[in-house]
Amino acid sequence: MSHQTPSDAISQLIQEFNKLPGIGPKSAQRIVFYLLRSSEEQGRQLAEAVLSLKQRISLCSSCFNVTESNPCAICGNTGRDPTLLCIVEQPQDIVALEHTGVYHGLYHVLHGAISPTEGIGTEDIRIKELLNRLHNGAVKEVVLATNTNLEGEQTAMYLGRIISPLGIRVTRLARGLPFGTELEYADDMTLTRAIEGRSEV
Amino acid sequence: MVGNKRDSREGGLGWEENHRDRMGHYLEPTKTEESPNRDLSFTMPAPRNYQTEAIIIKKTKLGEADSILTFYTPNMGKIQGFAKSLRKPKSKLAGHLELLTHSLVSFARGKNLDTITGSQTIESYMAIKNDLERTSCALYAAELVHQFSAEHMENEPVFRLLRETLQQLSRTDNLETTLRYFELHLLDGVGYRPQLRECVSCHRPLEPATNYFSPLGGGVLCPECRGTQYPVYPLSINLQKVLRLLQSSDYEVVPRLKLDAELAQQLENVLTEYLKFLLEKEVKSADWRKSLRSLSPEKSQPSLPQQPDNL
Repeated sequence: MSHQTPSDAISQLIQEFNKLPGIGPKSAQRIVFYLLRSSEEQGRQLAEAVLSLKQRISLCSSCFNVTESNPCAICGNTGRDPTLLCIVEQPQDIVALEHTGVYHGLYHVLHGAISPTEGIGTEDIRIKELLNRLHNGAVKEVVLATNTNLEGEQTAMYLGRIISPLGIRVTRLARGLPFGTELEYADDMTLTRAIEGRSEV
Repeated sequence: MVGNKRDSREGGLGWEENHRDRMGHYLEPTKTEESPNRDLSFTMPAPRNYQTEAIIIKKTKLGEADSILTFYTPNMGKIQGFAKSLRKPKSKLAGHLELLTHSLVSFARGKNLDTITGSQTIESYMAIKNDLERTSCALYAAELVHQFSAEHMENEPVFRLLRETLQQLSRTDNLETTLRYFELHLLDGVGYRPQLRECVSCHRPLEPATNYFSPLGGGVLCPECRGTQYPVYPLSINLQKVLRLLQSSDYEVVPRLKLDAELAQQLENVLTEYLKFLLEKEVKSADWRKSLRSLSPEKSQPSLPQQPDNL
């Protein structure tokens, strides 16, 4: 006789949690049994929060960041500099950049990077929408803040090539040595950029 | 691979390096007349750590910050490795394990996937990576190597071809012809060398006339036999000359070869059709190359490799 597995509602919820990234069957099981022991109120709050996420969050029609309001808080903020547009790959990148507090322009989220080997081309990320935004002439400088891996670099080079002819200044975030690293471990590409981009002390 | 090729290499490699099987296990010497009492025909497990030159040809994200890398190596063919926390900013290995980088990579054997424990860049091919066109060509070459190879099948000529191709793509202006050379020699290296000198159906030597390439036949059909296979692609005399020249030459021939646009296009078409037939699927990075070319035809000439400032 095969071993008994837990009943339907439990194994169903375990299965759902297991689908989430970074949550394996053991973690899923732990979470479900915790919820079983906690109050009905806690379970309801969790369920409602998950539902609200999907119902209330959508993409800003201007910058494609995730947001509850449309336009998002950043695009709707008249105190920000509309001549500066920072292009990022994912909404999480905006969170990181905003955390510095030094950037006051607007953003545009591509939702990916050009990756030919995965079949992700220019049509699959928000490039057309970006060009539409640039055509109204408000933006004077585009800051390319894609990742510094091959896909991000290709995306940056491609965007530079199609945006420069519009007469808009195109800049790229400085690349070089990250904080807290030792020179001897740095690779050729990082060191080359660091040497070429050296600044006055 | 037991023994064979490596015995002739300079440097006097020891028994261990020469005698591994495909999975990296040592093969101990078997009983011989000199040592009849030593039955050493069992295999010993390979050491826990190993190191190899490798070119990174593919990267896949895993979980929150990990990656799985696919490498092409001189002595183990295509292999994969797990790179923990590669995508975190403080990763020391990230720069040495970028796509299209040639590195010396250290591994620790795992149950399923071996883990990458270290990497030292041998050549980073910056000239390719700073240029959109060169990068798209290099990614195409890497993808073809990936599609045509099975894991752990040693193929040193293909490794050398990939490395030379990356070197060529770093400095040549003749990107497309370089890729055609690469395609022909890759086909050679993986056992699909196109037959360009005699008809693949009747085996008579081909006349200097229009003949027909047949992917099904893996080579050229003479006019009499063209109806025996389908589809076929007509090859002009010049096209056949170029194909034969590329097939039988070194990379040195590529810079000297100036093809007019139409001939270059025909060359590309016939090889693309053959590759598509063999792979039974599209090469994804081929589309990107094409869209780049249509975007800026005047820019399809790549920029000259940038020299770093002298300090």
